[in-house]
Amino acid sequence: MTALTREETQALIQEVLEVYPDKAKKDRAKHLAVNDPSVEQSKKCITSNRKSLPGVMTIRGCAYAGSKGVVWGPIKDMIHISHGPVGCGAYSRAGRRNYYVGHTGVNTFGTMNFTSDFQEKDIVFGGDKKLAKLIDEINELFPLVKGISVQSECPIGLIGDDIEAVSKKKGKELDKPIVPVRCEGFRGVSQSLGHHIANDAIRDWVIGNRDGDPTFQTTPYDVAVIGDYNIGGDAWASRILLEEMGLRVVAQWSGDGTLAEMELTPKVKLNLIHCYRSMNYISRFMEEKYGIPWMEYNFFGPTKIAESLRKIAAFFDETIQANAEKVIAKYEAEYSAIIAKYRPRLEGKRVMLYVGGLRPRHVVGAYEDLGMEVVGTGYEFAHNDDYDRTMKEMGEATLLYDDVTGYEFEEFVKRVKPDLIGSGVKEKYIFQKMGVPFRQMHSWDYSGPYHGYDGFAIFARDMDMTVNNPCWNSMQAPWLKPAEGETEVKKLAASA
Amino acid sequence: MPNVMIRKNDAGDLLFYVAKKDMEETIASVETDTSETWGGEVVLTDGSRWYIDPISPPPVFPTTLRFKRGDE
Repeated sequence: MTALTREETQALIQEVLEVYPDKAKKDRAKHLAVNDPSVEQSKKCITSNRKSLPGVMTIRGCAYAGSKGVVWGPIKDMIHISHGPVGCGAYSRAGRRNYYVGHTGVNTFGTMNFTSDFQEKDIVFGGDKKLAKLIDEINELFPLVKGISVQSECPIGLIGDDIEAVSKKKGKELDKPIVPVRCEGFRGVSQSLGHHIANDAIRDWVIGNRDGDPTFQTTPYDVAVIGDYNIGGDAWASRILLEEMGLRVVAQWSGDGTLAEMELTPKVKLNLIHCYRSMNYISRFMEEKYGIPWMEYNFFGPTKIAESLRKIAAFFDETIQANAEKVIAKYEAEYSAIIAKYRPRLEGKRVMLYVGGLRPRHVVGAYEDLGMEVVGTGYEFAHNDDYDRTMKEMGEATLLYDDVTGYEFEEFVKRVKPDLIGSGVKEKYIFQKMGVPFRQMHSWDYSGPYHGYDGFAIFARDMDMTVNNPCWNSMQAPWLKPAEGETEVKKLAASA
Repeated sequence: MPNVMIRKNDAGDLLFYVAKKDMEETIASVETDTSETWGGEVVLTDGSRWYIDPISPPPVFPTTLRFKRGDE
């Protein structure tokens, strides 16, 4: 099936919407759109960051997931208390694959779960005393912990505990930063508000800690990598490119990051922001307060990497600019070989994406480098400004879906028939059972890194082994296969 | 009276960002924009109007200012 035209895509959206009751249809229609790259402002054609409809299957997370899981969780030398009942922390523990170096349980705590394990009596009588006790216990058991963050779960906001007072008091006693984060799960419509709350907590409790302390030796080439969570080692694969250019990476936010790095970030010369959605807030704040410029970059696929390296170098002097060219030239043989190997195997394959707040547009370049085409893309929790950026990246008449429901996504896939879907674990098995090759694009499907030139090699290999896996030809049970002479049913997906 | 962060984009245009509303728009015109004062009525590219009492001397961007909703 070739690419859909604008009218066909529009008709597809209408057809999919047909099953909804009138009210739901009206609401969902605003979240589905046909891309028109010439539109400057996305809000004219797509609505985003709105409450999901009750009754539909949404894939979104909560504010706690955005703060504890995304922004704070990867800071490795702090302990993040999941304050409230045990489940939120236990079921989200160590699932994100944000790698770090260190001795877990001694000086780093990334994959451990700390919770105040609320019981009925804590809900009735309040949990502040328990929190105070917990903080003392943590400090005694793990004396190398550099700081503690208190990540509120829903009940904390509901019963009105004063975690700020406890944190202040204990912070003074222990002489370590103790950060209360008001990221109760019911706040906001998705994890996106959790990112914002977490950024605000960093702003209020961490960023200013070393103001007026001149002991840190700065150089003119200091940069901070912001919004790279080191999924499968992504931040390391990005960092080496920046260092080869002659820049000094002072801080990694927050994959493999430390509290000290965050405190030193206001002293850098440039903030490089990868995940715009989750960390633009703090970058804007640092620009206003410390005058640090920030720029978005993209380290997926050689085309975008070269573009980003040149853009980063433009902020610095000629030596850095010359180094950027050297880095690009150095890796050219490597990535040309990758493209030469995999492009013939992947050329013309069509991809549908549905990821979080950044990858639906960032990975497009990497797919295009492999000759693949992204025919549909959508975000779980993006805002208008993300769609502004997306619409320029995507081709004419591609399908855009915001906060897509389980039903819509399945129907779109049945009709568009992509050769590959990139989404999360909740969608993975549905589509695999439908016979469509699938990659998890949140956690890189237990692979990675995908950032940087090194990551591109892994990305290309993974896409190839998924799309061209022989198992997709064996999806039909032998007794259902047409007898010899009958026309071959090409794909099971069509009948599923 | 939202708090608005004003910053310059790469092209040199002023961006009008309301964190609470997650709204980012380019400023189309400012009533007074001289070397002494900055402010008055501000029109955005989406057509909405905002008002701020003229500030003198003009603020250094990026900065956060309190705007009033202009009458529509």
